[in-house]
Amino acid sequence: MTETLVPLDEALDRYDPVMGLEVHVELNTATKMFCGCSTTFGAPPNTQVCPVCLALPGALPVVNEKAVESAIRIGLALNCEIAELSRFARKNYFYPDMPKNFQTSQYDEPIAFDGYLDIEVDGETYRIEIERAHMEEDTGKATHVGGSTGRIHGADHSLIDYNRAGIPLIEIVTRTIEVPGEKAAAVARAYVSTLRDLVGGLGVSDVRMDQGSLRADVNLSLKPKGSDVLGTRSETKNVNSFRSVERAVKFEITRHAGILDAGGSVLQETRHFHEDTGTTSSGREKSDADDYRYFPEPDLAPVAPSREWVEELRTTLPEPPAVRRARLQGEWGFSDLDMRDTVGAGALELVVATIEAGTTPQAAKKWWLGELARRANETGVDLDALPITPQVVAQIQGLIDAGRVNDKLARQVFDGVLAGEGTPDEVVAGRGLEVVSDEGALGAAVDQAIADNPDVAQKIRDGKVAAAGALIGAVMKQMRGQADAARVRELVLEKLG
Amino acid sequence: MTDLTRLSAADLAARLASGDVTSVEATQAHLDRIAAVDGAVNAFLHVDAEGALAQAADVDARRAAGETLGELAGVPIAVKDVITTRGVPTTAGSKILEGWIPPYDATVTERLKAAGLPILGKTNMDEFAMGSSTEHSAYGPTHNPWDLDRIPGGSGGGSAAAVAAFEAPLAVGTDTGGSIRQPGAVTGTVGVKPTYGAISRYGLIAMASSLDQAGPVTRTVLDAALLHGVMAGHDPRDSTSISGEYPDVVAAARRADVDGLRIGVVTELGGEGFQPGVRARFEESVELLTKAGADVVEVSLPSVKQALAAYYLVMPSEASSNLARFDAMRYGLRVTPDGATPSAEAVMAATRDAGFGDEVKRRIILGTYALSSGYYDAYYGSAQKVRTLLARDFAAAFEQVDVLASPTSPTTAYKLGEKLDDPLAMYLGDVATIPANLVGIPGISIPNGLADEDGLPSGFQLLAPAHADDRLYNAAATLERLLEQHWGGPILAKAPELEATR
Repeated sequence: MTETLVPLDEALDRYDPVMGLEVHVELNTATKMFCGCSTTFGAPPNTQVCPVCLALPGALPVVNEKAVESAIRIGLALNCEIAELSRFARKNYFYPDMPKNFQTSQYDEPIAFDGYLDIEVDGETYRIEIERAHMEEDTGKATHVGGSTGRIHGADHSLIDYNRAGIPLIEIVTRTIEVPGEKAAAVARAYVSTLRDLVGGLGVSDVRMDQGSLRADVNLSLKPKGSDVLGTRSETKNVNSFRSVERAVKFEITRHAGILDAGGSVLQETRHFHEDTGTTSSGREKSDADDYRYFPEPDLAPVAPSREWVEELRTTLPEPPAVRRARLQGEWGFSDLDMRDTVGAGALELVVATIEAGTTPQAAKKWWLGELARRANETGVDLDALPITPQVVAQIQGLIDAGRVNDKLARQVFDGVLAGEGTPDEVVAGRGLEVVSDEGALGAAVDQAIADNPDVAQKIRDGKVAAAGALIGAVMKQMRGQADAARVRELVLEKLG
Repeated sequence: MTDLTRLSAADLAARLASGDVTSVEATQAHLDRIAAVDGAVNAFLHVDAEGALAQAADVDARRAAGETLGELAGVPIAVKDVITTRGVPTTAGSKILEGWIPPYDATVTERLKAAGLPILGKTNMDEFAMGSSTEHSAYGPTHNPWDLDRIPGGSGGGSAAAVAAFEAPLAVGTDTGGSIRQPGAVTGTVGVKPTYGAISRYGLIAMASSLDQAGPVTRTVLDAALLHGVMAGHDPRDSTSISGEYPDVVAAARRADVDGLRIGVVTELGGEGFQPGVRARFEESVELLTKAGADVVEVSLPSVKQALAAYYLVMPSEASSNLARFDAMRYGLRVTPDGATPSAEAVMAATRDAGFGDEVKRRIILGTYALSSGYYDAYYGSAQKVRTLLARDFAAAFEQVDVLASPTSPTTAYKLGEKLDDPLAMYLGDVATIPANLVGIPGISIPNGLADEDGLPSGFQLLAPAHADDRLYNAAATLERLLEQHWGGPILAKAPELEATR
């Protein structure tokens, strides 16, 4: 079926988007949710498995207490109530990557419920209401071999890695988010980004969207302006970057509007988001008849955290995000706009870490919001998915501060690091990027530039100091940029002064 | 020379301890007996002669070295094939697990090994423990040693028949709705379903998680207590395992004194639908207990009438989910349907179609339906309410009495094939045993004589409050002694001699 897309602004003139976000956070506990297997990312396939997470006959689950602790801390950080008695439930459906053919999850008695998260977009605060945060286990990872789509349909065969099966997940579900107009997509993005920072700050997850330790599902429906009737929603699965969250919302708005304008009705289905095109395609049709036959997990006792424990965990929470942002802004001397840009770019934690590594706040901001933001945008990834760490950014800034490279050369160092050429020092050595400070070589280059540009030289002698730029440029060109521009200027003015 | 297979486990243990007999000799005697009679009985799905003799030799060596051993060390045992045994096939009586060799031991298996009980092999059972006759085993039925044309009960007919046929002095069973107690009743053996959570379920292939419980299958009450003591205890790998004090069941079995014990006869279990000979034997047992000083009253448990219906909703619901893992993806049978490249779903469906028997499919379908949205409240939800009501009835009853009593099974062993095509009739045979599973309390069945009309054994059931398993052993051991005096010896001594087929 070819879909007619309605341009976003037109769609938003006629419809209001209604969103719901489901975010899965993979916890960084040392062991899995219901067994003692390791959770280390990247181990050879099927090496971190046991009778329990392979669902061998007779094996039984035991709840990982550390995972419960993490769940409670996430719940508290999201201003949720923590259930006095919470229960696991079985979500029954057959799928080869799910060893038991049911997922041990929570249904009507989640560990945390009724919370909220305040987020900021363009200086405005939005309160996102949290319906629930519940514990569950991850599935194995299926790789579909053959076929063109990489999906199960059309594949020749599939390989399953159960290392991921049973890794603890916290699913955080919002209530409906109704933000009219073009802000909707930015709010969705900001929610996921703020949630990432919050959970990351708790230290309970790696929160890496690119590695799947934080995954977002975007539910969206449209309602005609002025109407109270909710439309049918689509569920776009596993949207794996903040940028994609925003794009997925925008795309689904244009797609839904196209269907509704044509008098059609939106199918309730799951959709897959495609990073390359920014579009979604139909996944599995979902209907109200989709029946998981939930029932309380009889192999596990209810989780009944004592009030004392909950209060003890509350004292371990870091300061709330808004308070922290205000504090950091003060400490860094950022303007409101600086801070908004930093948060908006999803760069807050990166800037924090870069400053911790020894860089000034202004320099940290300059790199992450300038050069690196541009590169992330070019390659279509989130900032934190760039193959560069705050520590490396600080090292490169250190090279500048030591006068070993200038700003322009530093950009080449970034190129080298991003291209996998090694540490900043290795890139400088490998590419021969060090600033030339040999006075003899510099002096010769300046003399050459004066000789090559007699007219310019004369203007400077006549007192037009501003013309020096042209000569400096010529020298830099001759030195392939590897000269200290300030020193070149001094030499030019000395010789022509 | 004494036939070592005729000794009780306690007596054999004493002989072993005195150095009179070695475990290798005792184990070999039972292996010989299995070889001689099991062709006719079919109690075993797998005999592990090599493994059993190696364990026996190990116990003998440890004993010779002066090591302090557990009371049952060296006494061989049979294990129901629903419990995993590392390196030894475990099928749960199903084709879908044919050839599967578990890479791990159940906690029960570990405990048996640690206590030095050589494992003779794995016993036959209804597929996934679903049935009351062992006729639903994918590997052919077990035959009742009292009459080879009759059922040995189920699902644990193999364990009960092995013990009744002197192929093993001890066996492990599992009881979800009566699968230990009912086979005990119809084969003239002792069977105990302990308090839910007293014996770890880790490694017990689940039928219904909230009902399943492993327990002893023996020829005497004391033997059951000794085995109970070996298997019970908290297991951190089973979240439903009981922590805290466990009653001393062995001491209770040795005490055997009912003077002043208050026994409640359950009104709802014993009237209509119960065979006259079974009722007569029950009344006789009650009279013996009364004479021995017990204070017997009648107690009503009104919700028992709904128990069978509730059970047939809860059990299939849980089973439908527990059995979902048998999908050909990681272990067990794999059937690939015809066609170019069948999908994973098609392989799952073809495998489950070929690998599961009719009774298993019946219960999966029943459970899937009962859990479906729109039906959940009416079926699963209502059944859970019945469990609550039933628990209240039992709690009220145990305010008045220390233990409750009823016949274990309404009838003696029926003919093989007699009820195979009438599932409801077969389900009704569990009416007296099911309530204990629904509320998690312990129950015991001991043989209490032979029914006049058919000369076959009947069973006497006692129930106690949760965690009070010791009361069962005390009362049952008393009744056992009284019955032996009354009948002039153990009931099982009246069983016909099996012809050796070797």
